Amino acid sequence: MFQIRVHGRGGQGVVTAAEMLSVAAFEEGRHAQAFPSFGSERTGAPVVAFCRISGREIRLREPIMEPDAIIVQDPTLLSQIDVFAGMKADGYVLLNSRHSFETLGLADLLKDRNAARFCTLPATELGLKHVGRPIPNVPLLAGFAALSGTIQLDSVIKAINEKFSGKVALGNIAAAEEAYLLVLAKMKEIADA
Amino acid sequence: MLKQTEGSKAVAEAVALCRPEVICAYPISPQTHIVEALGEMVKSGSLTPCEFINVESEFAAMSVAIGASAAGARSYTATASQGLLFMAEAVYNASGLGLPIVMTVANRAIGAPINIWNDHSDSLSQRDSGWMQLFAETNQEALDLHIQAFRLAEELSMPIMVCMDGFILTHAFERVDMPSQEQVDSYLPRFEPRQVLDPAEPVSIGAMVGPEAFMEVRYLAHAKQMQALERIPQLSAQFKEIFGRDSGGLVRTYSTEDAETIIIAMGSVLGTIKDTVDEMRAEGHKIGVLGIISYRPFPLEQVKAALINCRRFVVLEKSLAVGMGGIVATDVRMAVTGTGLKGYTAIAGLGGRPITKASLHQLFRQAEQDELPPVTFLDLDWDAVNKQLERERKTRRSGPAAENILHDKGLVSAKFG
Repeated sequence: MFQIRVHGRGGQGVVTAAEMLSVAAFEEGRHAQAFPSFGSERTGAPVVAFCRISGREIRLREPIMEPDAIIVQDPTLLSQIDVFAGMKADGYVLLNSRHSFETLGLADLLKDRNAARFCTLPATELGLKHVGRPIPNVPLLAGFAALSGTIQLDSVIKAINEKFSGKVALGNIAAAEEAYLLVLAKMKEIADA
Repeated sequence: MLKQTEGSKAVAEAVALCRPEVICAYPISPQTHIVEALGEMVKSGSLTPCEFINVESEFAAMSVAIGASAAGARSYTATASQGLLFMAEAVYNASGLGLPIVMTVANRAIGAPINIWNDHSDSLSQRDSGWMQLFAETNQEALDLHIQAFRLAEELSMPIMVCMDGFILTHAFERVDMPSQEQVDSYLPRFEPRQVLDPAEPVSIGAMVGPEAFMEVRYLAHAKQMQALERIPQLSAQFKEIFGRDSGGLVRTYSTEDAETIIIAMGSVLGTIKDTVDEMRAEGHKIGVLGIISYRPFPLEQVKAALINCRRFVVLEKSLAVGMGGIVATDVRMAVTGTGLKGYTAIAGLGGRPITKASLHQLFRQAEQDELPPVTFLDLDWDAVNKQLERERKTRRSGPAAENILHDKGLVSAKFG
């Protein structure tokens, strides 16, 4: 079972991200369970959502405390809560930022870990560019597909088409495709370094 | 058709397939998404003929459901928590009058302290109302139980609550197999009311009944539930014939054949319990699970049969009989009266506290060693409790308990996890 925790703020589509991720996994014939942190969500307040992906039925109902992957939609959370709590030693981290982990003062996080599993992505900028709104969730999902290989970009696009239609769907697909390529390029840079 | 969707949406679609004619509801978390989705279906014309009635309160919601059902319409509503309490008087009237209303309860704690998260306090508070209560383990079972509930309710002319864990199920996206309209139509016949307000054949419904007849009318509610004990397994079997899967029934056992220890629970926590039990089985522990689907009527006989060969049982419940202990545990102990079986009660997950595999492993191992007290409060923060008790011993004006405990824990407001 692969477990993903998504951190962000109310209004950034955190819960939608986890739900779409589960739809993408379902499109691949797998079992998936997405659920929110059940808080009284308010715009701007820290929000957590979870997604489990597995080859078999998922019965577990506890929150994800030891994630295989963490997606952080808002870097300003880093000074507020421990978004990396419980992360597995070989876990993936995808962070919404124009800056590198080093620039953000997170070099320690990468210490003794596989750098190829850590990536930052300017997802808010991609959302603004393609959808006209600073919503980072869809680019991050595509970036996560590139980073982890856990889901395919095609499945993310299917999930986009299920959630949105018309211009919004097209914009989100363009954002997803660019995000996917950006992360792939970054991963190649790390591999070549 | 397989689809990945939210529990609330799945239930709304299943309810729509049951062709309800009147839906009345007042929004309250975590039930809201269900009636929102149904409202959209009525508005868009995809659910027709059906009237969606916005009401001013939960009391009105149940009152309208009573009126609609008495007029011969298949009636549905949904609620949770304080909403259920607010409609309580009408809840008793619906069952007392024998009206087959189906209501989803998206189980949520009851305040104070105000809390929107899941436990089973709300529907269990209506235990003796005369409504049947069926508890879903998964979203698939939640949607399946609604289809079975309309059939059972209308056969017996008694109302049913389908209980699903608020947020944990209602807000979870997972895979469900959505039946076709043809399947549901072949399972659920047209509603033929036993009593109906019909101008052509006028009757009054709701007579005042004095001491000379009240007990008989009341007993009939009990007799109906005893009939339900027979019908529920039959309806579950018929459901399997048409829909091809096991759903519903009175109880469900898991790994109980040679189990020395059996864990009993209701609702979605059964999944986490089964995962824990699988891990313990792999280590050689003789442990199993008994899920209770039908809380009312309570299947005393089936519970006893499932437990009779074990050495001890633990009732893990998301409810608390304040001043006594467990609510479900009391019924289970009644079922095993005279067997000499050792039973433990674990109160867990109140107000949405996560029930984790780690805590369950510890609890079940303690039970196996017979090291548990009769009533355990899983993951209770004793330091916080004792600090407040100490404060109350020392100071007359010790202040509001909830605010004190939040302050002691360094919290300004409720937080998950």
